[in-house]
Amino acid sequence: MPEKIDKNTLLSMYKNLKLTRRFDEVTIDLMNSGEIPGPLHPSIGMEAIGVGLGTAMVDGDFICATHRTLSAQITRGAQIKYILAEFMGRVDGYMSGKGGSMHISGGLDKGMFSIDSVVGSRAGFGTGIALALKLSKKNNIVVAGYGDGGANQGVVHETMNMAAIWNLPILYFIDNNQYAATTSVKYSSKIENLSQRASAYGFLGETVDGMDVMTVYNTAKKAIDKIRAGGGPHLIEFIAYRYRGHWSGEELQTYIKYRSKDEIALWKLKDPLLTFPKELTATYGCTQTELQAIDKEVEDIMQEAVEFARNSKFPEPEEALKGMYASPYLQIPHKGWID
Amino acid sequence: MRQIRYLKAVSEALNQEMEKDPNVLVIGEDVRKSARGITIGFVDKFGPDRVIDTPISEQGLHEVAIGAAMMGYRPVIEYQISEFIFFAFDQLVDQAQKFHYLSGGRVKVPITVLVPASGAIGATSGQHSDHAYPYVMHGGMKVVIPSTPYDAKGLLISAIRDNDPVVVFLPEFLMAGKGDVPEEHYTIPLGVGEVKNPGSDITVVATGHLVPVAVKVAKEYEKEGLSIEVIDPRTLLPLDTGMIKKSANKTGRVAIIDDSNRTCGFAAEVSAILAEECFENLKKPVIRITRADVPVPFSPPMEKYMLPNEAKLRNAIKKLI
Repeated sequence: MPEKIDKNTLLSMYKNLKLTRRFDEVTIDLMNSGEIPGPLHPSIGMEAIGVGLGTAMVDGDFICATHRTLSAQITRGAQIKYILAEFMGRVDGYMSGKGGSMHISGGLDKGMFSIDSVVGSRAGFGTGIALALKLSKKNNIVVAGYGDGGANQGVVHETMNMAAIWNLPILYFIDNNQYAATTSVKYSSKIENLSQRASAYGFLGETVDGMDVMTVYNTAKKAIDKIRAGGGPHLIEFIAYRYRGHWSGEELQTYIKYRSKDEIALWKLKDPLLTFPKELTATYGCTQTELQAIDKEVEDIMQEAVEFARNSKFPEPEEALKGMYASPYLQIPHKGWID
Repeated sequence: MRQIRYLKAVSEALNQEMEKDPNVLVIGEDVRKSARGITIGFVDKFGPDRVIDTPISEQGLHEVAIGAAMMGYRPVIEYQISEFIFFAFDQLVDQAQKFHYLSGGRVKVPITVLVPASGAIGATSGQHSDHAYPYVMHGGMKVVIPSTPYDAKGLLISAIRDNDPVVVFLPEFLMAGKGDVPEEHYTIPLGVGEVKNPGSDITVVATGHLVPVAVKVAKEYEKEGLSIEVIDPRTLLPLDTGMIKKSANKTGRVAIIDDSNRTCGFAAEVSAILAEECFENLKKPVIRITRADVPVPFSPPMEKYMLPNEAKLRNAIKKLI
């Protein structure tokens, strides 16, 4: 039986789905217009995973999100304007302009440790965070993810094994969008579901629909309750799809072909922003007016964020030499030239 | 003063820090049974939660330490083999060292990596004999290599208390040596070298187990009327460049003896600093005595041939006179 869930929570799930979608769309525009330097890795189509996971977590829990689950950080309270300022390389960004889109942690004080861009490593150090929670006897859990690509990195196996032998409070998730850049998961793994690998470490793994936010939420909530009660690690594989390329410039690499237009169109029928609003009105008694009000709110947030980020200053160039060490010494870091 | 072995000084520093700060943990392979002799009795005293054995998963154990460090713990990772540094290069250089910077100063990763019995220890061949500090220094990691039991204790305590990742190399050839070590807590700050033998004619910058070698050579030359100043940087990064430059400006003749590779090595760095900043005061070209740029071979005559040693230092000194 699905969890009982109140209307406000449902509406904020819709808001977070929409906000993540609009954030991706707006940032692609800002990149194309030259206001965002560097590449983007849009999650368009995959928003349900992070929203469902983030909704199933409580304050004090930790999220080590992937580059396709910015929606989890947004759901856990990361503010769009500071994320956008970081994407635009401004001082008000969450990482003060040092990290950019690939190292975005939308509030370390809110338990967001998504700083790494190495695809398997969030599960790696996420396991260390879970160890710390266990050692300090906190009743909180870690949610740490990797993709179908990261699933094949050794560090994922090493740390999932350690989480198992130490019975750590961690939910691993795979945001399986079926392609690691251009490589199909059918090529990179011989097993039917990547979640089967959990059995190799001695805990449960399951594979569910990652396009359906309620399925994500319900599966995650059940697993998190079990983990919080001392049940040890658990793995959920969410099957989803990204409509855009691996990175924001992939569409320009016209020679790259690895999936058909038909395939993309088929997956768009499962779009969470298509299906969830229908479910909200048909099953949960939400009204079109309520949803439209949220759409308006989302546009306002985006507009305010763009304005905020544009008005935020670029860092002074000399800032590049600051913040290298938490315990600083006069001799380091070396500057690299003599004035 | 009480005399104890280098290994015991390392063990005592770790023991005392664990007594003092409940956030200090030891993580490694075979640390509960203490395969390396540093953590003997630790698991009984501090419990299995703070003395953590891991499977043979070097990348994973670094990840776990990094995660715990970001949460406020101070994990000390103990290596069994100095080559673990290569397995965990991403974790050390790309993660632990970068997170503070990339987070705009918000994340701290206070891990200490202990590399016991580092360097070529005699017929252990290519994958058990490296002194891989130039690799991590290149990535900006703090590196410590104490040459005496006294320095080992004081520097290790500083390394554990430092809020950044610090790699501490403990050369095999020093592990059994004895020296004066106070029982109480004390620290030696990182980035401060020590003149291990004062002199005025020639400067020898020596690292790790080559410090006592250089001091021995200096004492012998003293009888012949040649005054050699031996500088032990103790910390390779941050480096006490002031002390090295002061000595070089005084003597104008400098040799650097270091047991790591030559190309882009520690000696190359010191040599470049001297060329840039002390050129006018140098009377002879700076000489580097390092390993040959080959893996350490197994057979003893070849191993001995490719490593820096006393004879090669004497040779360099003759050229500097």
